[in-house]
Amino acid sequence: MSTFLLLTVTGVGLAAMYFLIASGLSLIYGLMGVLNFAHGAFITVGSYGTRWTSAHVFDGVHSALWRWLLSTLLGLICGGVFAALVELILIRPLYARHIEQVLVTVGLQLAFVALVSGIWGPDPKTFVVPAWLHRTTDLGGAHIPNDRWIEIATAAVVLGLLQLFLRRTRYGLIIRAGVENRAMVQALGIDVRKAFTLVFAIGGVAAAIAGVLSGVYFNVVGPEQGTSLLIFAFIVVVIGGLGSIGGSAVAAFVVAIVQQYTNYYASAGLGDMIVVLLLGVVLLVRPRGFAGAVVGARA
Amino acid sequence: MSNRRLVADWLGPLVVFGALAFVPQLGFSIPKVFDQPISSPGTLALLGACLLFGGLALTYDIQFGYTGLLSFGHALYIALGVYLSNIAITDWHWSFWPSILFTMAVAVVVATILGYVSLRVGGIAFAMVTLAFAQAGAVLALKDPHHWTHGEEGLGADYTKLPKALVGIVNTKNLYWLTLAFVAAVFFVVRWTVDSSPGRIWQAIRENERRVEVLGLRPHAYKLQSFVLSSTLAAAGGIVYMLLYSGSTLAVTQPNFTLTLLLMVVIGGAGSRWGAVLGGILYTYLNNRLVAVGSSSTVQGLPHVLRTPLEQPLFLLGVVFILIVVFMPGGLAGLAVRGRVSGLRRIEAAIRPEAEGT
Repeated sequence: MSTFLLLTVTGVGLAAMYFLIASGLSLIYGLMGVLNFAHGAFITVGSYGTRWTSAHVFDGVHSALWRWLLSTLLGLICGGVFAALVELILIRPLYARHIEQVLVTVGLQLAFVALVSGIWGPDPKTFVVPAWLHRTTDLGGAHIPNDRWIEIATAAVVLGLLQLFLRRTRYGLIIRAGVENRAMVQALGIDVRKAFTLVFAIGGVAAAIAGVLSGVYFNVVGPEQGTSLLIFAFIVVVIGGLGSIGGSAVAAFVVAIVQQYTNYYASAGLGDMIVVLLLGVVLLVRPRGFAGAVVGARA
Repeated sequence: MSNRRLVADWLGPLVVFGALAFVPQLGFSIPKVFDQPISSPGTLALLGACLLFGGLALTYDIQFGYTGLLSFGHALYIALGVYLSNIAITDWHWSFWPSILFTMAVAVVVATILGYVSLRVGGIAFAMVTLAFAQAGAVLALKDPHHWTHGEEGLGADYTKLPKALVGIVNTKNLYWLTLAFVAAVFFVVRWTVDSSPGRIWQAIRENERRVEVLGLRPHAYKLQSFVLSSTLAAAGGIVYMLLYSGSTLAVTQPNFTLTLLLMVVIGGAGSRWGAVLGGILYTYLNNRLVAVGSSSTVQGLPHVLRTPLEQPLFLLGVVFILIVVFMPGGLAGLAVRGRVSGLRRIEAAIRPEAEGT
């Protein structure tokens, strides 16, 4: 029972990271039709940005907790700004040229991983966090690492904030309307391009949070870490239905839990295969994903 | 067929590939371009790798450039050729030809099944699904449940089972000819198929799938043909890869391997035979030579800020790729057909999401 609890909480912790990455990918795809490979770079900006500022900007701060929080905050700002710049400099000039937009993000991702390995080396580096995160809390006999709670709480807060933003603000309305029918939003005289930059910035911050949390979860950050998380986030986005935040949350939960249980109870590595199988089954039975948004159908 | 097309489409390539066959006989060296004389095993191995990747890029171009299918999982089929042929020879102690035939048969079956499933979705979702399948293959090769692939160690080929002419450093020129034969074979297969009636439908699907449907044809079946042909040729290339490097390593299973093929095709020019082949050759050559440039004394003397990016070939190639996508979507081949729509512009319609309409 205690193993089961530990697996479940760990699975939900992993789901939290998948969701943070998938929500941005899903919004960007829903609004702009761009499969954003550079999301992996946003994750890396978050994790390396936090690690760097912790060592070079906030090295004078004595409280480990404050140092971590402050550097994380700066890491997230870096992620958001970087993502907004990518949209402004690389994506916007290629407006309505989808394949080129996708390919530019692919090139950026490859070049960025190479650059990061050039500067900080190809090997994973330890990620310093407050000692409390490495301790465990007892729950029903299971020793659960404290960082899992942070991951779950963060994702829940982000999910809540995103839903509030999308449902209660004017920009949220424009984004939701744009996902439904972009041409109509433009026809009503609304400059939808501002919303593009905004979803990139939001996606960049969410991915940067996932980057920091992955550093906490794995204890290390590496240049390739973003890419490997990104692949599962893609699966989550397709299963959840492109353009749907709620669908992403449900799919992230299902994918991570299935992956955890199979990897533990069956054999290591099998969980990853099962997830791909799950994707195949979902596509055969319901090509539009859980939430029913349009998956890759085209004119 | 007019005389001019006969020359351009068949005789021209024959002359080029025929001329390349004499490269191992060249006695001189080209300083700066190659470190060693051309006929030396080192240079021939590099040229062989260039030709092999030229061929592999062209197999990818069948589905990407000619049919408009953006796959992120082409590496799966190359890896299948690289690993399965080697596993049959080295782990199961089969002899050479049965192993090759078995690998090709499995490649056709796997490509048909996975293609059938993944082609149920189009555009970007197809890209993600193929990526996921390739990732499953990568995990399988890494975790190695049956102790066949040897995970991160890689699997060296049992050279006693390989044809004698393809083993050892003295036979590098034979391996060079093998890669040349591969790229030439892919080139002529592509030449022949894209001009056949199914090949014309592939290109029609790329331009406007809805219109093909309206004509009463089923695009799914034609896309599957293109996918299976492309994947099977990729598996054949994988076998050549295994022979050239006399073994299998996990690098070929990684998602980045497909992305580098995509880079090659786009740099050379998507939907163009010479473009894809040249892109593959150029990319492989630069990737290899830029390492030497990075460690040269000129670069090492530069300040840290400039030196670090210059030491990373993939960073430089990634930047070149971005510049080509933004400013030259026709790729290198697009330079030869100025004024006409070429390269990525022709694939655009196939990737566009539905909301955009036609």
